[in-house]
Amino acid sequence: MAVYKGFEPVIGLEVHAQLFTESKMFCGCKSEYGAEANTLTCPVCLALPGALPVLNKKAVEFAMRMIAAVGGKVHRRSVFARKNYFYPDLPKGYQISQFDKPIGEGGAIEYHSGNGSRKRCRLTRIHLEEDAGKSLHPEHGEGFTRVDLNRCGTPLIEIVSEPEMESPEEAYGYLTKLKQILQYIEVCSGDMEKGHLRCDANVSVRPVGSEKLGTRTELKNMNSFKGVERALKFEIVRQIDLIKAGGKVEQMTLLWDEKKQVAEPMRSKEESHDYRYFPEPDLVNLVIGDAWIESVRLSLPEMPDVRADRFVSQYDLRTYDAAVLTDSRALADYYEQVMTHFDDARAASNWIQTELLALLKDNKQELHDCLVSPEMLGELLSKVKSGDISGKMAKTVFEAMFATGKAPDVIIKEKGLVQVSDESSLIPIIEKVIAAYPDNVAKYRGGKAKLFGFFVGQVMKETDGQANPQTVNKLLKERLDG
Amino acid sequence: MPDYKNLTATQITAMVTSGELSAVDLAEKALDLARTEGKGLNAFISLCEDKALEQARAVDTAIKQAQPVGPLAGVPVALKDNICYTGSLTSCGSHILDGFVPPYDATCAARLVDAGAVIIGKTNMDEFAMGSSNETSYYGPAKNPVGENLVPGGSSGGSAAVVAQRIVPISFGSETGGSVRQPAAFCGVYGLKPTYGSISRYGLVAFGSSLDQIGPLARNAEDLALAYQVTCGRDPNDSTSVAFDHPDYTGEIDTDRKFTIGVPKEYFAEGLDPEVEAAVRDAMAVLEKDGHKVTDISLPLTDKAIAIYYIVACAEASSNLARFDGVRYGLREGRDKELAQMYSETRAAGFGDEVKRRIMLGTYVLSSGYYDAYYLKASKVRELLRREFERTFEEVDLIISPATPTPAFKFGEKLDDPLAMYLSDMYTAPANLAGIPGISTPYGRVGDGRPVGVQFLAGHFNELSLFQIVRILERLA
Repeated sequence: MAVYKGFEPVIGLEVHAQLFTESKMFCGCKSEYGAEANTLTCPVCLALPGALPVLNKKAVEFAMRMIAAVGGKVHRRSVFARKNYFYPDLPKGYQISQFDKPIGEGGAIEYHSGNGSRKRCRLTRIHLEEDAGKSLHPEHGEGFTRVDLNRCGTPLIEIVSEPEMESPEEAYGYLTKLKQILQYIEVCSGDMEKGHLRCDANVSVRPVGSEKLGTRTELKNMNSFKGVERALKFEIVRQIDLIKAGGKVEQMTLLWDEKKQVAEPMRSKEESHDYRYFPEPDLVNLVIGDAWIESVRLSLPEMPDVRADRFVSQYDLRTYDAAVLTDSRALADYYEQVMTHFDDARAASNWIQTELLALLKDNKQELHDCLVSPEMLGELLSKVKSGDISGKMAKTVFEAMFATGKAPDVIIKEKGLVQVSDESSLIPIIEKVIAAYPDNVAKYRGGKAKLFGFFVGQVMKETDGQANPQTVNKLLKERLDG
Repeated sequence: MPDYKNLTATQITAMVTSGELSAVDLAEKALDLARTEGKGLNAFISLCEDKALEQARAVDTAIKQAQPVGPLAGVPVALKDNICYTGSLTSCGSHILDGFVPPYDATCAARLVDAGAVIIGKTNMDEFAMGSSNETSYYGPAKNPVGENLVPGGSSGGSAAVVAQRIVPISFGSETGGSVRQPAAFCGVYGLKPTYGSISRYGLVAFGSSLDQIGPLARNAEDLALAYQVTCGRDPNDSTSVAFDHPDYTGEIDTDRKFTIGVPKEYFAEGLDPEVEAAVRDAMAVLEKDGHKVTDISLPLTDKAIAIYYIVACAEASSNLARFDGVRYGLREGRDKELAQMYSETRAAGFGDEVKRRIMLGTYVLSSGYYDAYYLKASKVRELLRREFERTFEEVDLIISPATPTPAFKFGEKLDDPLAMYLSDMYTAPANLAGIPGISTPYGRVGDGRPVGVQFLAGHFNELSLFQIVRILERLA
């Protein structure tokens, strides 16, 4: 790639996705964000002496959903392992994870590469593990670090990609697609700010055309997809500059500093872990039968790309519109529900994209907070199509529906917003306007066609904007041109 | 009250249920003995006086109101101090658990209480169950009722001593490599190491998770069977516990069945005390005369057992004991220092030498570059050992051997020689590695009066045959 002066980057990503099961992975505690510190705990997740883990079946099923969604293979037998290290937010002194026998292997993510084309990145593995708690460090380095174990034991899946991405933009595209899939299959909220999705990146560079991989470094501490992209850009440039200056890239871990926009090496002491993995003796091997695998596969929803393709063929939408509408499963569902009450697919698509999404954005709302049901929107759009109200009126009505949740009929009645299309009521008004401006009538008939708009305006003014503009046009033309 | 010390658990529960004896009187008697004779033996780390009396009152009330009571109604029981019991210090014989009072009951403790047992105290033990003589306890060793200068064995030394001293008819210990059977042999009582997965480990503070099992100690076969019957069975809180159909152990303990009993030559080799060997051979002769078939067998992997055992147990221990870090409970040293310093000062002060030795050994065998040579290889040989036993139990019903190579030794005799100490588990550890049940039954004494333990081993979940054979031997002796 030209931007990297004869070098090409090779990127692999490790993504941790928190599974939103109701309870934690190895105990019955609620798995919830935002509760008062250390209230969602029990002997198991506090690692009291003698407490033992019991696997949450739902977490296994969620992992299986993701493996199926990316076309990976669920292993019939997988093994939990202990990853040993000391940290106050890891109360057992080890994390229960999977090591050499993970639950899932293979599969791939198809994503948009950033330059318009679609790319595919294969996955190495998907494994199950538990999350640690949170350490709350004092702001100015003074005082005690506090530990909150509410998150401790929350189920995670780690999704490890092959090193197959070739630019930071591709990494961004991959993450966006990964998040979309996780949300579609309803296993993870995808919220990176709440830490529900976390990403570490491995990156190396090599001369264009070379087959051999360069020495890689690991980037940590990015808290947004854009942050991942920026950190990668920074690190790629650093590696290339280093090599060009005759230096060698050393294998190490760097921490991305979003404020300073630099990646700084971790102290070697912090990264020199020997995790001493060994099979978790408190859990039996995880054995999964074919029937379960098959039922999970069958329970998957239509995936976003497939759905977008269907929108194009079924509703005759443009590719771009289909992609916007299928961005989230909720929006796609909303659109399809509107379409059970309305028959103009493109009009519905336009309305949702221009009016609905804009209002949601302005009000910082999510679709599930929206007071306008798909049925109500379908009704409103039908009224526009039949000419009962104008498009302009419909916007006013929609805003009121959005704010109050009332049905379109109710609002139209309240505001007296019925469109007048009836010719017999409009003719007297039109005749009155023509009579009132004889000079302009003369000028118009003399060739000043632009004045037509003036007459339309006057009629609309007389009718408080309720006249159907198309009827007004027709009637005015008949009288002025005839 | 009839002489409390001579009553078996089976008798006590019958008399309590019939209203002949009061559970409160029994609890007071047991507590009184614990405070006097138990103190002399340093057998308890703590007593559960108020709670015991409360439980005893509940039993008496239930009987007065003609409500049903459990099969251990009114029986005073002691628990090893690594079994969590609400409201009581659970120290594991370690300084690092100073002040730790669990907010939950081990499944075993809960089942005992449900069965009407009255838990009177927590018994002394080697620190974190690591030791064979009770000498590694932070609270000082329990003593053997047989002789003050003799170790009670370990790690469940306190649990063996309180039964031998007749303070309680039943106690519970735990095994990782012989910690019930060995002290049972040293103190002259019965001890059972059940099949792995048959008594829930939930609430048993872990040492070597794939080896640990809670096991009962008693003064006779029937009480031992009763104690097992009440506590065994699948527990949803322990993923390694197994659902199995179990017979009525006490109901079926008497049998006319003639067993085929294997005598593994490897268990009668170098290092075995001749007087112990003579006692075991006598038991074999007595059984043979009774019509059982005694036959020579070979278990060639026996000499690998101690090596595998110390690799697996220490590896698991090094991870299991990581939670004792001074952050959430127990001892904390270096409070105002940096994290790493706080960790190391806490653990340096909190753990004794033997525990530190095993944590280091375990950390070493799991570390990168050594894992394959030690832990992985040990796991493979362990599987071979398990199969060796499985094949053997296709040929014979039971295996007989000494429980320990020697009778109880003296305090200090092996403390400075860890290897000699470790070899005292050589006849018991194989059962833990294979997950099979084993029982130690007192049989005869050596010249100076120290008891000898005869061990029987059986196939997975065949505890019934173990109870039956020791019952037979008990009758014949």
